[in-house]
Amino acid sequence: MSATSARPSPAAQPSGSAFILKKALISALVALVLFSLMIGIRTEAGPQGGLIYWTRFGDLAALVGTVFGGSIIVELLRQWWGPVDKDSIVPKPVQSAISFAGRWLAPALLMFALLVPVIFYNQRYILDLSILVLTYVMLGWGLNVVVGLAGLLDLGYVAFYAVGAYSYALLATNFGLSFWVCLPLAGILAAFWGVLLGFPVLRLRGDYLAIVTLAFGEIIRLVIINWQSLTGGPNGVSGIPRPTMFGIPLTPGDDGLAARLGIEFSPTHRLVFLFYLILAMALLTNWVTIRLRRLPIGRAWEALREDEVACRALGINTTTTKLTAFATGAMFGGFAGAFFATRQGFISPESFTFQESALVLAIVVLGGMGSQLGVALAALAMIGGFELFRGFDQYRMLVFGIAMVLLMIWRPRGLIGHRAPTVFLERNQAISSDLVKEGHG
Amino acid sequence: MSAAAATTPLLAVRGVRAAYGKIEALKGVDIEINRGEIVALIGANGAGKSTLMMTIFGRPRARAGTIEFDGDDITGVPTHEIARLRIAQSPEGRRIFPRMSVAENLQMGADATECSEAEREAGLERVFALFPRLKERIAQRGGTLSGGEQQMLAIGRALMSRPRLLMLDEPSLGLAPLIARQIFDAIRTLNRQDGLTVLIVEQNANHALKLAHRGYVMVNGLITLAGTGAELLQRPEIRAAYLEGGRRG
Repeated sequence: MSATSARPSPAAQPSGSAFILKKALISALVALVLFSLMIGIRTEAGPQGGLIYWTRFGDLAALVGTVFGGSIIVELLRQWWGPVDKDSIVPKPVQSAISFAGRWLAPALLMFALLVPVIFYNQRYILDLSILVLTYVMLGWGLNVVVGLAGLLDLGYVAFYAVGAYSYALLATNFGLSFWVCLPLAGILAAFWGVLLGFPVLRLRGDYLAIVTLAFGEIIRLVIINWQSLTGGPNGVSGIPRPTMFGIPLTPGDDGLAARLGIEFSPTHRLVFLFYLILAMALLTNWVTIRLRRLPIGRAWEALREDEVACRALGINTTTTKLTAFATGAMFGGFAGAFFATRQGFISPESFTFQESALVLAIVVLGGMGSQLGVALAALAMIGGFELFRGFDQYRMLVFGIAMVLLMIWRPRGLIGHRAPTVFLERNQAISSDLVKEGHG
Repeated sequence: MSAAAATTPLLAVRGVRAAYGKIEALKGVDIEINRGEIVALIGANGAGKSTLMMTIFGRPRARAGTIEFDGDDITGVPTHEIARLRIAQSPEGRRIFPRMSVAENLQMGADATECSEAEREAGLERVFALFPRLKERIAQRGGTLSGGEQQMLAIGRALMSRPRLLMLDEPSLGLAPLIARQIFDAIRTLNRQDGLTVLIVEQNANHALKLAHRGYVMVNGLITLAGTGAELLQRPEIRAAYLEGGRRG
């Protein structure tokens, strides 16, 4: 095949059976050392309180054998379907079909999302799950501004989610403000905290930035836990008002929406309303991000991700660029938080642990940093997948770990690694950047 | 332009000192660049050439001395505002944005200075006339370009801000001689046709001094020699240090 012979990699990489066997043997050896104590010997407290132990060499042998066989399969798969040469193996018609599907995927998904409450009107479980997925889509899109576009690794994104949620919860329960007044306030407060986080980390990048943002997320959570008089501490805030449809409550009472429309009340109405609310909020996030990407500020974010020194040489104010990225991402997190609070009716610090930050970050990275569609797909796969594998219970995390590792091996830039350019100068130039391999000249 | 503006140099650096922590990189540097001139700054690795260029841009800040641009003191002006005065810089090592397209890279150059659509179009035309290769590559990602094309892009990006002073840091670094000559030719064209003032920092002393009207030689953070390009090329100490003593001095 001419396409593959043009590339040096298959010839340069060792691929013989001896190489595969050697690799598998090394993996098996590592597994043997690792598991010899973890699996091979089992210890337990005996009836007299002393330690008793017994060996499980059978299990150990099975496990090491599995690793040996598995690594042979993985190596074969990798050589047959390498990460870089993938496009040369996929035949042309399939490629064009994929690109056709790619063009229509986003509109099709949007149409489907709009129709979800119609199709699944009677399935409360699916509606609940869709609302959850959309919440994470929105969080993913929000974090995408900070991590995907501006390249600022933020491990404490959940802090802004928490700020938004508590802003709405406290304003609504203490001052009786309505959801529609609190929503922008929650966004503004979260953006304010975003700027506050932004200032000390202006000079930091990469690992250092990640550590500080991680700490920031924990600080917010600990403050919420310990500031009992304001936040209720670990008990959380309950009795958060449900949202109204612009003043019309979705309740069975006389002034409720159902009574006014003259239809029978159903609790599903509120669910459907919540669904469309979060869908609209998520789409707003998406729209604003897409618009911003085409403006100088959005381009500056992306340039900042690529090369900070070059940005300064071009006269970009890196301070305001970073702060606006933090503030914009935080604002969307705050909106999502306010929605979360009104949906749940009850919030507590337990909802805002580091695990949430990690989950949202995983969605952004798996989806392809900077890709809006990729993030939406990743949120659907992650949150939907979690539910799908609920039956497997303890193997769920294992399956997810393996899936993530495989995805990162085969698609290191995420599900949708392609980045759509935002500046078009000449329409007649059809050379897509996809068709050209990246050089390191 | 007033009579006074015509006589003052476009850029005047007087007694500038700059340091990274405790290490003093510039120990009192004086240079002047007149309108329409190409000035070359040559010197060995670590002489402080790039530092001088970056100090003019405000990073690191000058600890002593003054930098005047068009008669205005810009010593304490923030970096992003210096760019707005239309001083453009093509940094060392090209530093294009690898994942952004050529078009976006060029647009980034125009973003810093407020310019009209017509000015942007004219700027693009100029860049494409100078480097037709960039027009062919317009939709490609910057990272997919060859080294020479990346250098063209870096210069093109700097030109998009319609600079009054263009500062180039080692534009021939790591390029094949033929490509380097193309780059130098483009700089000469810009100077002759557009009257662009250029400060060029180079280790390739031969090329740079042939191109430049005037040159400065920098050693250990001090200017040790100044003169026209032709004069400097004839100086025996220059020939010994930068031209005949191997590939670079």
